[in-house]
Amino acid sequence: MPRTLVVVGNGMVGHRLVQAVRERDQAGAWRVVVLAEEHRPAYDRVALTSYVDGWDPAVLSLPDNTFDHDDAVSLHLGDPVTSIDREAREVVTASGRHVDYDALVLATGSRPFVPPVPGRELDGCFVYRTIDDLDAIRERATQAVAARGGRRSAMVLGGGLLGLEAAKALRDMGLSPHVVELAPRLMPLQVDDGGGGLLRGLIEDLDVTVHTGTSTEKIVPDGDRLIARLSNGVELDLDLVVFSAGIRPRDDLARDAGLEVGERGGIVVDSNCRTGDPDVYAIGECARVGDMVYGLVAPGYAMADVVAGALTDSHADEFTGADMSTKLKLLGVDVASFGDAHAATEGAREIVFADALAGTYKKLVVSSGGETLLGGVLVGDATPYASLRPMVGRALPGEPAKLIAPVSDGGGVGVDALPDDAQICSCNAVTKGTIRKSIVEDGCADVAAVKKCTKAGTSCGSCVPVLKQLLNACGVEQSKALCEHFSHSRAELFEIARVTGIASFGELITKHGTGRGCDICKPAVASILASLGNGHILDGEQATLQDTNDKFLANLQRNGTYSVVPRVPGGEITPDKLMVIAEVARDYGLYTKITGGQRIDLFGAPVEDLPAIWKRLVEAGFESGHAYGKALRTVKSCVGSTWCRYGVQDSVGLAIELELRYRGLRSPHKLKSAVSGCARECAEARGKDFGVIATENGWNLYVGGNGGMMPRHADLLVSEVDKDTLIRTIDRFLMFYIRTADRLQRTSTWLESLDGGLDHVRDVVVEDSLGICDELERQMAQHIQDYTDEWAAVLDDPVKLAKFTSFVNAPGTPDPTISFRPERGQKVPVMLGTPGVRT
Amino acid sequence: MTSIDIAWLPVCRDEVLAPEHGVAVLLPGGEQAAVFRTHDGDLHALSNVDPFSGAAVLARGIVGDLAGVPMVASPMHKQHFDLRTGVCLEDPEVSVRVYPVRIEGGMIMVGSP
Ligand code: SRM
Ligand SMILES: Cc1cc2nc3c(=O)[nH]c(=O)nc-3n(C[C@H](O)[C@H](O)[C@H](O)COP(=O)(O)OP(=O)(O)OC[C@H]3O[C@@H](n4cnc5c(N)ncnc54)[C@H](O)[C@@H]3O)c2cc1C
Ligand code: SF4
Ligand code: FES
Repeated sequence: MPRTLVVVGNGMVGHRLVQAVRERDQAGAWRVVVLAEEHRPAYDRVALTSYVDGWDPAVLSLPDNTFDHDDAVSLHLGDPVTSIDREAREVVTASGRHVDYDALVLATGSRPFVPPVPGRELDGCFVYRTIDDLDAIRERATQAVAARGGRRSAMVLGGGLLGLEAAKALRDMGLSPHVVELAPRLMPLQVDDGGGGLLRGLIEDLDVTVHTGTSTEKIVPDGDRLIARLSNGVELDLDLVVFSAGIRPRDDLARDAGLEVGERGGIVVDSNCRTGDPDVYAIGECARVGDMVYGLVAPGYAMADVVAGALTDSHADEFTGADMSTKLKLLGVDVASFGDAHAATEGAREIVFADALAGTYKKLVVSSGGETLLGGVLVGDATPYASLRPMVGRALPGEPAKLIAPVSDGGGVGVDALPDDAQICSCNAVTKGTIRKSIVEDGCADVAAVKKCTKAGTSCGSCVPVLKQLLNACGVEQSKALCEHFSHSRAELFEIARVTGIASFGELITKHGTGRGCDICKPAVASILASLGNGHILDGEQATLQDTNDKFLANLQRNGTYSVVPRVPGGEITPDKLMVIAEVARDYGLYTKITGGQRIDLFGAPVEDLPAIWKRLVEAGFESGHAYGKALRTVKSCVGSTWCRYGVQDSVGLAIELELRYRGLRSPHKLKSAVSGCARECAEARGKDFGVIATENGWNLYVGGNGGMMPRHADLLVSEVDKDTLIRTIDRFLMFYIRTADRLQRTSTWLESLDGGLDHVRDVVVEDSLGICDELERQMAQHIQDYTDEWAAVLDDPVKLAKFTSFVNAPGTPDPTISFRPERGQKVPVMLGTPGVRT
Repeated sequence: MTSIDIAWLPVCRDEVLAPEHGVAVLLPGGEQAAVFRTHDGDLHALSNVDPFSGAAVLARGIVGDLAGVPMVASPMHKQHFDLRTGVCLEDPEVSVRVYPVRIEGGMIMVGSP
């Protein structure tokens, strides 16, 4: 008979506890009841600010958070615990549910602290902790825009880490934020004066107004607006206010049940996370352990693991404190602080490099003799963070200044210098030794494998660069060679071809490769040459590089016949054109099917029939749909505002325009797109390489989506832009992808493999950080100008046409191995015996 | 060579088959050969039927080399066949038939037993 574990709170830490118990409880000793106040299962609160990117709560969901397939766990959402009866060992919930427990874990987190500013209870005042909070802020912001239009303003009370996150969210919602901070600098807990000053400059550059060293005296209503009066005399006219002045542990349940709480809050527990009652534990932000309350998720996870161990194991670990290092990207500004950032240690000394022009500030705190690293602060560029953090408390390999000096030999600290017990991933408490073992003993050969095997790098991701260094240090060569013929990556070959103007495979392999090439490098180079605009893909030598689909401008089927897919831009088609497709299919005996890409596929054409089929289609105004190419496939559309009663823009019109603009564009892998006429998203644009969703005020562009084997929702690149900006951004995005992606790498995996990910792409294609946007646009303009229909070009060229025969010695004779049988009124292939096979 | 007489079938003019291309040939008994020309001008002829899929498509594969071995990649599922021996490089248990091939009077000729 299993015992009952009751978990109060289904936040990040509570969820981790349940997962850890279920993983470890092989014997089935525990039945778990989770009682949760919020109405949605556990989500990633750390990533809360990214909710603004798409307002899709599903994106924040933590893995396996519903326990649908686990009978041992029952999850009750929206039913908070109201009291604990320790005598009876039961809890009571708001709905009146009574649940008996054998063990009780409190994981109630914390609540935002709202200072007693007069007016704080007014409509339009919010806190920033849950998805519901953000929904409420959004509603208020939308109403304000609807009522008065233009750019609306908001105030964030508190300039700490969370306050700046809230400012970012408000800015992303299109508001102008003011940040008001009592301390003389932003992020007073993490950053020193020097770093705070620089941070302020960088943040003000981003249209956030910063008021430091001042408090808010009162907030008063003014019609449906709010006026905030600051102690320095400034008055702010606002649409809404967000309080972000720190957090307080939610310890009231425990207090009411007679458990000890700290003077400044927090349920007091020992190093096993046990309260004074041996059956009651507290973990996460509500717990006070070693007289500390931790406001970060990593220490909470460590506590969850300790309790899971105690419940399932006799010899349990203890919680021994945690790293309070933080690295974050606030409004695009890198900030990191680690160890003793304020040089509080006796005799500690500081080494500072500040570069106001470059916008970077770096400080190391070292022991009096400079031999041990104690901590540091990085603003503007946090690259050294990943390698510095694990060195805290350890002897330095050399002169400390070298580690952050502006011109050092690339990053400073080598991973070699670190001992095996140095923690590389602080989110998941993974040491260098564990990672090395996964590489050397368990054979992990790339970052993905290391992540899977050790969990390192799976949370905030800041340690990923060090994982790469460790792979290299262990001698695992991260080969980028395309194949045995080229030691270059696809992106490098692209650059070689672009810069040197080499336009033939023969020249490229003679000068830069070895051997004669194969079915990997030939199509890859063919695609590069086509992206750079080198005429028809079947011209001269190019014909020998193409995969069979490209070679015959059709898709090979299992019996050696081909399928034909004419382009139907945006999926819009007239009855007359439908009739042409029907007649061609009937006259050539082709199987027809509507594809998943909003067009029609005609199957079963032998190679010698292809030109005649195309001729009929081309004469009726069709062209190749490139279903065969690593090229633009379709731009799907929903019906949009022309017909749909919800539509806010003409999605069909835009889809057709995009499909005609990018048709024929060759790329590292196929490209798919879609346009939806409103947020209902009937065209599934977020499953596409580039997807567009209409809003009342313009278009949202999403990139890096994928269906198929590894589905991925596209990320928001720019929002509410007009059509010209939209198209310019897509031009740049596609050309940047074409230049830099690996062979057969869809935009989704490309985006994930880029250092800096989506932010980097935005820097390059929106902010033009590399100064290449003009050239990317020019390249796209060239492509559009050079476009011709590949089918029509074959029909016009007798040399190319001659390749479309069954047998060189018997051109009119059909391939005798091809035959069909009827099924549901159409023909399907029959695989005959195969003469000439010897095994 | 075996003692059986070989019948030579004229296939096409030499210049029709450019380097690193293949063509399909229908043989008198209904078999099909695929004739390839490598970059150095050499000719090879294999069965046109891909033994893994059963489809007559090898002539449409990409011609190149792997570790110095001249090969054609099946367009169906990308197995590679040694152009000289017909042996599959991924699975040496599997091979396709090799036909003799030569040029005579400007014509490519394939021999069939
Ligand atoms: C015909 C079609 C299925 C159908 O009857 O509906 C189809 C058929 C093929 N798909 Fe697809 N896919 C078709 C829509 C899709 C979709 C849906 C969509 O585009 O909206 C997807 C998921 C969306 C996506 O790609 O992100 C899809 C994901 C794939 C994948 C997996 C891609 C991935 O990144 O995981 C492959 C394999 C590949 O490309 O390497 C693939 C490959 C193929 C190939 C080319 C396989 C092959 O090499 O022979 C199929 C041959 C097409 C032919 O013979 O004409 N097909 N395929 C659809 C053609 C759409 C069109 O009009 O062009
Ligand atoms: C915007 C933002 C950004 C952040 N960024 C970072 C970061 O970059 N790095 C980092 O380490 N941390 C960050 N944090 C902090 C991190 O989210 C918390 O440390 C973490 O969520 C704590 O987990 P928890 O389970 O203890 O508390 P929570 O996640 O708050 O979960 C507690 C849950 O218990 C529920 N609950 C409370 N009382 C009851 C009751 N009586 N009955 C039932 N349920 C109850 C609450 O509704 C809540 O769902 C951030 C937090 C926010 C808000
Ligand atoms: S996405 Fe919106 S506009 Fe398009 S069909 Fe669906 S509901 Fe209508
Ligand atoms: S440090 Fe956050 S994932 Fe490794």
